[in-house]
Amino acid sequence: MGEITFFIDGLKIEANEGDTILRAALEQGIYIPHLCYHPDLKPFGGCRLCTIEIEGRGLTISCKTPVEEGVRVITENPQINKARRIAAELIIANHYSECLQCARNTDCRLQDIATYIGIEEGRLQRLKRTVRDLPIDDSNPFFYRDPNKCVLCGICVRTCEEINGVGAIDFAFRGFATKISTLKDKPITESTCESCGECVDRCPTAALARKGSERPAREVKTICPYCGAGCGIYLGVRGDRVLSARGDRQNPVNNGQLCVKGRFGYDFVNHPDRLTTPLIKRNGTFVEASWDEALDLVVAKFKEAREEYGPEALGGLSSARVTNEDNYLFQKLLRSLGTNSIDHCARL
Amino acid sequence: MPDKTVLVCQGTGCVSAGAEQIHISLEREIAELGLGGDVQVKRTGCHGFCQQGPLAVVEPEGIFCTRVKVEDTPDIAQSLLSQKKPPERLFYRDPLTGKVIPHYRDITFYSRQQRTVLKNCGYIDPEEIDDYLAVGGYEALRKTLLEMSPEQVIDTVKRSGLRGLGGGGFPTGRKWESCRRASQESRVESRESGRKTLGSGLQTPDSYVVCNADEGDPGAFQDRSVLEGDPHSVLEGMIIAGYAVGARVGYIYVRAEYPLAVKRLEIAIAQAREKGFLGKNILGNDFDFDIEIFQGAGAFVCGESTALVLSLEGKRGMPKPLPRPRTTQVGLWDKPTLLNNVKTFASIRWIITRGADWFAGRGTKKSKGTAIFSLTGKTANCGLIEVPMGISLREIVFDIGGGIPGGKAFKAVQTGGPSGGCLPAELLDTPVDFDSLTDAGAMMGSGGMVVVDEDTCMVDLARYFLDFTQKESCGQCSLCVLGTLQMLNILNSITCGRGRPEDIDLLIELGEAIKMGSICGLGQTAPNPVLTTVRYFREEYEAHIYERKCPARVCKDLISYRILPDKCKACMICLRGCPVEAITGGKKQIHMIDQDKCTRCGVCLDVCPERFSAVECIPGRLDNTLHSA
Repeated sequence: MGEITFFIDGLKIEANEGDTILRAALEQGIYIPHLCYHPDLKPFGGCRLCTIEIEGRGLTISCKTPVEEGVRVITENPQINKARRIAAELIIANHYSECLQCARNTDCRLQDIATYIGIEEGRLQRLKRTVRDLPIDDSNPFFYRDPNKCVLCGICVRTCEEINGVGAIDFAFRGFATKISTLKDKPITESTCESCGECVDRCPTAALARKGSERPAREVKTICPYCGAGCGIYLGVRGDRVLSARGDRQNPVNNGQLCVKGRFGYDFVNHPDRLTTPLIKRNGTFVEASWDEALDLVVAKFKEAREEYGPEALGGLSSARVTNEDNYLFQKLLRSLGTNSIDHCARL
Repeated sequence: MPDKTVLVCQGTGCVSAGAEQIHISLEREIAELGLGGDVQVKRTGCHGFCQQGPLAVVEPEGIFCTRVKVEDTPDIAQSLLSQKKPPERLFYRDPLTGKVIPHYRDITFYSRQQRTVLKNCGYIDPEEIDDYLAVGGYEALRKTLLEMSPEQVIDTVKRSGLRGLGGGGFPTGRKWESCRRASQESRVESRESGRKTLGSGLQTPDSYVVCNADEGDPGAFQDRSVLEGDPHSVLEGMIIAGYAVGARVGYIYVRAEYPLAVKRLEIAIAQAREKGFLGKNILGNDFDFDIEIFQGAGAFVCGESTALVLSLEGKRGMPKPLPRPRTTQVGLWDKPTLLNNVKTFASIRWIITRGADWFAGRGTKKSKGTAIFSLTGKTANCGLIEVPMGISLREIVFDIGGGIPGGKAFKAVQTGGPSGGCLPAELLDTPVDFDSLTDAGAMMGSGGMVVVDEDTCMVDLARYFLDFTQKESCGQCSLCVLGTLQMLNILNSITCGRGRPEDIDLLIELGEAIKMGSICGLGQTAPNPVLTTVRYFREEYEAHIYERKCPARVCKDLISYRILPDKCKACMICLRGCPVEAITGGKKQIHMIDQDKCTRCGVCLDVCPERFSAVECIPGRLDNTLHSA
């Protein structure tokens, strides 16, 4: 596999040239605490939790240090542990402690760190609780922005800039007043945000969290039905209900990314207004019908039209929301009926 | 040629004390006496002795007039007519001996200094390039362009031993050399990749020279004074640097809070362009260089090199963590960038004209040349000073500073601003250079030097500095932003009398972790004032925590006022003055302070007539029973 061999706590690790120590470690299943690192983004180096020692060179942060042949990495020693523990304790003292009520409970990077460090209540009590009481921005229909749960890792800022190229948010203010803000600190809906939710997906805590905190019972791998791009998604379902959607990172089309529709636009599935059977108009009103009835009617009308006006009178309009294969079959069908008048809603 | 020149300081300090009016008035008075041809009135930059401002100096004698008012100007003009000295009331009076000293060269504040970078500040008119040229200005540039190769310039700067005067102390010559190398590589690279030209056909620069004039330490004003008093020396240094490293564009990143410096820089740049020192083919050579001013919005952290570069690019200024390439390799717009402080650039002309050996001959083995400090606080003389590296703190405080006024005892000196450390009397013989100060737990920093006396509470002082750095943290390192907040909370509770025994150890633990784990100089040094005061004044912390006493009688929650019964004359003055009616008593009835009501505002002490001196402030809290006993 890798071209470079180095050591983490004495363990031989193989990595690719250009990888950082943290990436290589995580890929090998070795956890080094981190909060501001995300594999999709450029390293930031703000949280300082991933500090390691390279033998003979001293301390450095593993998220920004590239792997080198033969180097020996130490992930913990008394000096690292001391600073790391204090950094973690400071963040935790500045964070809500009611995890059970949190949308991200058990899926939280801060919990990972707290578990790794092993919180000592007595030490934590020496610090003053510094949780802020800033207003929650719930202007967006799909997600909350709770600055009180923010750890200022900057992942959302970098996601918006690097992944989506929108730059709707950035760090603002100074000192303890520092927070992630839109331009002029307005609600997110009044910013350039496209609600793609990429930041919500990457937020390590619940500072950015989906509205609706129910978790699915299982996930179904499928293709997003919205457009011709065909992004891979996992729908989270419980019985017949769709509760969540997330991008499929293995899918080469989208590498896990989604737009606002794919990520948040699934409530139509269980909507009462949704059509579940074909409708046939009888005496001016639509009446529910079986598929056989509906298809028989279509066939009859097609035949009628072709006999009276010739095959050129027929036309077909397909949709971007069906698969390529379906679209292929559809044009095949229309051509076999003798018409080339085939079109597609995505041209509109 | 006029026989005499009156130099009227137009530094920010003197201007805010009315120096502009003094200049106008003096010119008018002199014209009215018909002295216009014999006496020239000149506006200059800062003389440095701001405490004594507004200042006027009569040359060639060097007579030093202090605290000049508009009303004094007729007397000064008259003295020039009668060829006598100005009235004695305007002369400097030695704060310790009371002796009147008319000539500035005799004042210890000046006589012990070694003014090089500041030499022309207060002597030339900063808004007249001819004044600068008359004192040898741009000769270094001429010499550089006509006689020296870029390599020779770099070699000279290297041999001079100059170290960055913004506080970091990085060897300047080495920085220039590495920037030149990166700049040449960048040029080759851009030529090969064909990205040399922009859409408009303009060439993109291969490298930049940036002057860091984002002086943010509270109480520091060295850079401002140099920019206001001798802006061309900075421009000249930057142009030489541009030639040396191969850059054609320079930026001065200056705080928007320095409007006078910005204005004088603008004038200086326009004049330098007019004279051909900036622009195309400088002095007829195949060398183009121009300078633009960029005004910073006042974030302290933007003085850090990587944050400054981001800010210059129009982004939020946040330091970039190591490991990363140096700014000399990947800086502004990802191009090699030479970033030096105002004073560093201002030193260059002297090194070029007088030679590396001359410069290296001054200072100490590892810190060459001079250091500039803003001497403030409890010294008799305050102001801007330039001293040879290696001078002791004692010489600065007691000779240049004239000691502590009011018969008080020296307690400590804080060097390096909010990032520096507080050094006690035992360390007064510490030589002032980059390494000695760092070893003592302080730092050279940007050159703030605050002297405190026995009336200053060290816990409160540490709290003050930490409050500043806390508010200026950029927020990206949790250790820095949250750690300093915890430290500040602890200091607040100690000064309010709620300190816990474990607090001192917690301060040290947090401070050391913040120093070790923070990205940039701000976080790495923010705990210094706390750590050094704990190290050298631990007993003061302990008095606050264990005895609930503020020995310096500063922290309001840990002091008490009381009326001495044997001295009180029952005059009712304090009783009437007390804003919270805490004082009881009456005519011929000894007054007493109700300690429960008292807010420790100190009005009683202030108003008690000196001949009685019946009110005293003591460390610790009294309660009413004790007091009556």
